[in-house]
Amino acid sequence: MKSIKFIFAGLLFGIIMSKSEAISWYRIQEMFRFQSFHMYGLMGTAVVLGSIAVFLIKKFKVSDYTGQPIIFKDKDKSFPRYIIGGTIFGLGWALTGACPGPMFVNLGFGYFGMLIVILGALLGTFIYGVVRNKLPH
Amino acid sequence: MLDLLRQPWPWWTSGAAIAFIMVLLLYFGKYFGVSSNLRTICTIAGAGKRVEFFNFNWKAQRWNLLFVLGAVLGGVISSTWLKNDQPLQLSSATVEDLNAIGVSFDGNLNPAQLFGATAIGSVKGIAILLIGGVLVGFGSRYAGGCTSGHAISGLTNMQVPSLIAVIGFFIGGLATTYLILPHLF
Repeated sequence: MKSIKFIFAGLLFGIIMSKSEAISWYRIQEMFRFQSFHMYGLMGTAVVLGSIAVFLIKKFKVSDYTGQPIIFKDKDKSFPRYIIGGTIFGLGWALTGACPGPMFVNLGFGYFGMLIVILGALLGTFIYGVVRNKLPH
Repeated sequence: MLDLLRQPWPWWTSGAAIAFIMVLLLYFGKYFGVSSNLRTICTIAGAGKRVEFFNFNWKAQRWNLLFVLGAVLGGVISSTWLKNDQPLQLSSATVEDLNAIGVSFDGNLNPAQLFGATAIGSVKGIAILLIGGVLVGFGSRYAGGCTSGHAISGLTNMQVPSLIAVIGFFIGGLATTYLILPHLF
């Protein structure tokens, strides 16, 4: 079945994020207070190894499993949307201790209060869709 | 083996595993980015009939919803088969700082003061989580991605916009940590 591999990838993500405590509100506070290397080490390792992988994929023009070349899309060049959107995101991230991935992992872990956060995130996404034409991008 | 897996995993194993997942999704012809699922769910709920932004073929995003389903199941496995009964090893400086603003450290992943039954049954508790969620949802779509899409997929592809977004994540996170949280509890 073609779908199962995506569930598997998500499953691995969920286990990793919870076992490394990256879904923890406390760990996020520790990060924003610069009192532990934990989250920086985690993100740093992911970014360094990921960068090497992306470099190699581009250099050797690696194809995906169907034989199609792996294409990297550049993000649109802009400043306001990234700095303003990013800041708004950060305000909520430190409040709930959860970014979109960990919200769902936490829900599975048994933190049912995360349903309120997920509901809020859906509402926030909807509000963005309604007002996006009026925002600087 | 299972005992070893039940221990908290060191940060480098998880960092490496996240890079692996990103590459795995590239190999599957997709990309690592979780927050776009929020838009997809809005579309499935019918938002596309009223708002143009949600009028897109969500079925092309079905794989990503399955990824999220897997993430939920991963959380279930971590809290059952891979459960670890040791308290979280939080830095003592953070424990003290949080105590000073009225948040007690209970050794779990998330504080009962925010996610416990009493908190999610109170107006204030619901408001904090709901507003926090709105900010995350609005901000990630405005910035065009969240921690996975920008901090991982974007930074590993040397995208300057992603670096700007990550700087924004920190500006907002520091503002909440030092300006907002001290007044909430």
